[in-house]
Amino acid sequence: MRYGASLLSRVDLILGHWPDSLNNAITRLPGKDLSRRMLDIQKLEKSFGEKRAVQGLSFTVEKGTVLGFLGPNGAGKSTTMRMIAGVLEPDSGDATIDGKSIVSARRDAQAALGYLPEGAPLYDDMTPPEFLAFMAAARSLPRSQRKPAIERAIADSRISTVCSQRIGSLSKGYRRRVGLAGAILHDPPVLVLDEPTDGLDPNQKRAVRALIARMAPRKAIVISTHTLTEVPAMCTRAIVVDRGRIVADETPEGLLKLSADGTLENAFTRLTDQAEAESA
Amino acid sequence: MNRFRQQFDSFLPTFRRELGAYFATPMAYVFLAVFLLSIGMFTWEAARFFDTGTADLSPFFVWHPWIYMIFLPALAMRLWADETSAGTDELLLSLPLGMPGLVLGKLCAAWTVAAVGLVLTLPMWITVNYLGNPDNAAIALTYFVSLLMAGSYLSIGAAISALTRSQVTAFVISVVVAFVFTAAGWPLVLSGVKNLFGAGLADLVAQFSFLSHFEAAQRGVLELRAVLFFVGFMTLWTILNGLWASRQRLG
Repeated sequence: MRYGASLLSRVDLILGHWPDSLNNAITRLPGKDLSRRMLDIQKLEKSFGEKRAVQGLSFTVEKGTVLGFLGPNGAGKSTTMRMIAGVLEPDSGDATIDGKSIVSARRDAQAALGYLPEGAPLYDDMTPPEFLAFMAAARSLPRSQRKPAIERAIADSRISTVCSQRIGSLSKGYRRRVGLAGAILHDPPVLVLDEPTDGLDPNQKRAVRALIARMAPRKAIVISTHTLTEVPAMCTRAIVVDRGRIVADETPEGLLKLSADGTLENAFTRLTDQAEAESA
Repeated sequence: MNRFRQQFDSFLPTFRRELGAYFATPMAYVFLAVFLLSIGMFTWEAARFFDTGTADLSPFFVWHPWIYMIFLPALAMRLWADETSAGTDELLLSLPLGMPGLVLGKLCAAWTVAAVGLVLTLPMWITVNYLGNPDNAAIALTYFVSLLMAGSYLSIGAAISALTRSQVTAFVISVVVAFVFTAAGWPLVLSGVKNLFGAGLADLVAQFSFLSHFEAAQRGVLELRAVLFFVGFMTLWTILNGLWASRQRLG
């Protein structure tokens, strides 16, 4: 009896002290706020045969950040995004999405992610609502939530006018937006979009930008793009990669400061050429 | 248990999508039309259905392995190759889906189309009942084993489809593999093997043939080993299918 009481008091003691020690542990960790860190990439590596496509990439993205992921063709942008999405297995390293590892808890991590693959591949034989219904079922959304989620995604990505057409007959811009609707369908905390505005006309681009800006405060968003003018318009932070390595991690304004003539294009060329010169 | 269920959660969405894809395109209708046309042609013209003078469906069932060998790879060739060539495999692999459910969902969708084809041959069964008194239990059993055999042919086609991005390549290789497993029981091949390697090996080769396992079923005899063979065969190829489809993740 006495033993039991002393044991209980010890438990009480530990419980009483636990929150403090936990808080201390959190404040001691690098990074400002753990709960805001939605996407955490640690030393991702991937080689295809001899070619080292991604060489130890690390970065974190917090809630509210729209990260522009820039780089020349073949720099490893899409490979990195594929690894984050769980489509490709990294050779080493890890990516955690909302605290779930893509390597050890792939399905949980994938459930927290909305992914738009490069070129927005879609099932041509389906209509957009059919496709979204498939995505909702594949993501195991509860049945009662499926219809409202699909309607919201259709409204957000503005594809209601093409709902009766098969995806195969849609223009490039609409296809991209159907893909985007599929990515945001389950309202994921992390979005990874590979060239979401490629092939859109200026009006559509503006609509997509507005949609991203609207979602940004509640999510961590990674966007890859070739179009440098979109970086200041959409992103709060920009990472430039070249040959599988990060060569710059700046705000769009900071990136501008790296250029000789005040244009992003110049900064981009200098950063990626420099890396080329160094490796040569 | 929960983990196990998660693996198969993907079955229903995949099955519905794939079945929808068959009927949203002319694919399923073309398959069904050509399948019924050719099986009818072989039954009537080559096997002389009406001239046999007996009320049974053996002139009909005897062609099943050969017709399946050609047509079912055509049904299965798109299952994975189409995803790879359209790039939708990337979308599919990014979804939190379990591979087992994905593989079985695709296979069962193709199998359902094949089953619809078999159901549409029922008028033939009705005809023999009109003309005479066939052993209906035996015919039902043959239909059942034929359906299992169709699943086996499809499992070959589906697995090979995961190996290539070209549907034509998938089709050709599948037909060749299907031919090997069909013709292994052909007397012509068996006597050749017997002459070259002896009776023991010929017997072994025959054990792996669809023809040998379908033969008893055609006589209306349900052999447990035939059922086990087809189920085991399908399991093996389905596992291969899963492995080959997962290979995509390695890059």
